[in-house]
Amino acid sequence: METQTHTLDVKNASKIERISGAEAVIKCLLAEGVDLIYGYPGGAIMPVYDELYKYQDELRHILTRHEQGATHAAQGYARTSGKVGVAIATSGPGATNLVTGIADAQIDSTPMVCITGQVGSHLLGSDAFQETDIIGISTPVTKWNIQVTKAEDIPAVMAKAFYIARSGRPGPVLVDITKDAQFEQFDFSYAKCTGVRSYKPVPATVAGTLEQAAALINEAKKPMIVWGQGVILGEAEAEFKAFVEKTGIPAAWTILGASAIPTKHPLNVGMVGMHGNYGPNMLTNECDVLIAIGMRFDDRVTGDLNTYAKQAKVIHFEIDPAEIDKNVKTEVAVMGDVKHTLAGILPLVTQKKHEDWHQEYKKYDAIEFEKVIKNDLQPTKEGLTMGEVLGAINKTTGGDQVIVTDVGQHQMIACRYAEFTKSKANITSGGLGTMGFALPAAIGAKMGAMEREVIAIIGDGGYQMTIQELGTIFQTGVPVKIVVLNNEFLGMVRQWQQLFFDKRYASTEMVNPDFVKIAEGYSIPAKRVKKREDLQAAVEEMIAAETPYFLEVCVEKEANVFPMIPTGASVSDIRLS
Amino acid sequence: MSDKRLFTISVYTENNVGLLNRISSIFLKRHVNLLSMTASASEIVGVYRFVVVVKITEEAVKKIVGQIEKQIEVIRAYYHTDEQTIFQETALFKIASSLLFEEPQIQNIIKNANAEIVTVNQRWFVLSKTGRRSEIDVIYEKLKPFGLLQFVRSGRIAISKDAMRISEILEEFTMNS
Repeated sequence: METQTHTLDVKNASKIERISGAEAVIKCLLAEGVDLIYGYPGGAIMPVYDELYKYQDELRHILTRHEQGATHAAQGYARTSGKVGVAIATSGPGATNLVTGIADAQIDSTPMVCITGQVGSHLLGSDAFQETDIIGISTPVTKWNIQVTKAEDIPAVMAKAFYIARSGRPGPVLVDITKDAQFEQFDFSYAKCTGVRSYKPVPATVAGTLEQAAALINEAKKPMIVWGQGVILGEAEAEFKAFVEKTGIPAAWTILGASAIPTKHPLNVGMVGMHGNYGPNMLTNECDVLIAIGMRFDDRVTGDLNTYAKQAKVIHFEIDPAEIDKNVKTEVAVMGDVKHTLAGILPLVTQKKHEDWHQEYKKYDAIEFEKVIKNDLQPTKEGLTMGEVLGAINKTTGGDQVIVTDVGQHQMIACRYAEFTKSKANITSGGLGTMGFALPAAIGAKMGAMEREVIAIIGDGGYQMTIQELGTIFQTGVPVKIVVLNNEFLGMVRQWQQLFFDKRYASTEMVNPDFVKIAEGYSIPAKRVKKREDLQAAVEEMIAAETPYFLEVCVEKEANVFPMIPTGASVSDIRLS
Repeated sequence: MSDKRLFTISVYTENNVGLLNRISSIFLKRHVNLLSMTASASEIVGVYRFVVVVKITEEAVKKIVGQIEKQIEVIRAYYHTDEQTIFQETALFKIASSLLFEEPQIQNIIKNANAEIVTVNQRWFVLSKTGRRSEIDVIYEKLKPFGLLQFVRSGRIAISKDAMRISEILEEFTMNS
């Protein structure tokens, strides 16, 4: 291991103590600055839990109600705190229950370290009780994974795990530790990892590419920016804002990029993608230079690639070389960390306003407002809309909140209408589209940013996928606000059934329990709103609460989310109804 | 898809147990059939080398190599066309020894193919042929009518004409430490 990794001596690194592998795990976590982990105990991880008991004053463990909840909570924590989230579970089912969260973290580039117990090394391969090949299972969905069978390997592996999870394009790492390695005594010392020889987290910016990009940007008549989560992960919000403001270029966002600059920033032209705004989608196919920053041209963003921005020269600011030309052919690839590349290009770009070009966006905005937004935010029909719930939240918080969403119609509505004033404020399952993400992720998001208001917005379907995490909220008292937008349908699937399957509503109608009673069973103050006149007061009461709070809003059952780019259609074939 | 052709992918890795799984899953995910895969030591102590042969488009191979290089324990991955590499395969044939005497043309086949007899006993002998796939195919077709007790062919091993510069990459890391 020494020849393949760089290590850095940290405080006490030279001090050698004889301890167990299990205690070493805790000491490694503490050395990495971890003070909060999520998990669920079980046979093969018991030695580590025994040490957690001893170290409970230094390392807080949150007992989730399911291992999947532990991963989503760790993700939520990572996304609001910017630190590495940690989830811990036992072998077998404990480990397999982590897989959804790991896959979610992989596709959304969330730094996470998962620790799993494993059967004793003498039992490996014997189909022992709760033995499963979690390394084999998690390989395609982890940035790195490794099984440890000797206590002496734990410090170097843990150091490498944290280094890999947080560096470059972040991602999940899984460390599987056999039970005998947890019990084994060894001479512990810890040194942080500062490099792995086969891994280059940040590629070098190719000489001349900043100048080439700047030349294209300076000559462009109709440039457009699409930014993604890379801006947030790279903590490049200030550099990005300076770049946008100097160039005056209309800037649109992917759902994971939302909140990097405020929603109401005059150069923020809205959301791209399947349910994004009309202007940025239409104008993607009219711009002459498309500047992609820390985004990966997901199919939900691009629609049909054969008709996506074909007229534009594409500049791609990106940290992951494998993303260049993966989906969209680039003219100039600016490799590197956007914090540095955006700062580097700033002096090379000329100050502009692009006023006429901005007018094009405003024209589309007006059409979208008339045909969609007005009906969503100021409805005149009887049924409550999801949009007006977001409107009430915006009015109450002034945008100074974290929104955690699940997956489906409510997610798209929340991304479209939530107003953000601060970064790291839109926590959602983007790439994997994991229903059940929001409730546990909100617990982690709140714990990662205790000073901020955290509001989970969830559909009635996704809510019931991880509803058991109400138990975690009850036990910890973590003051998350939960809004269930109940339309008694799996709404997004129903919308597709309506539009593309002749209204054959196969298995999308939900017969739901009394959600208020369930919340009350966990001693969480709860309210149900059915009428428009009660909405604002209920939202205000929820925000004012210093405890967890549950608000169910019964919304229009068969409302659809528009605009919409049908699957496989071009971004400029976006439908308004 | 007419522009599909053979590519030899060379992957230099740290010696790691899980890596085979990690690399093969990249092909699996994209439904790319591996024509062959060979793992071996490389010119550098402690560094392994995988040689994978696929028949795909250059665009696809470029993306796959990008995904392979992204794996933490992969030092570097390259792809080459047949023209850019020197490559060989080896085949072993197990044949009844009686045929050596009953069918004299077998001796000519062996001689003309530059094949080598590895071992002989009273019941059977083993023939080895190293070369290009087409050369192995020729001897296979010629020997098959006589009856083969066993036949096996290795994956391709390949050396690139251009330098791989792995040592430089590793040195750069050591210099920065």
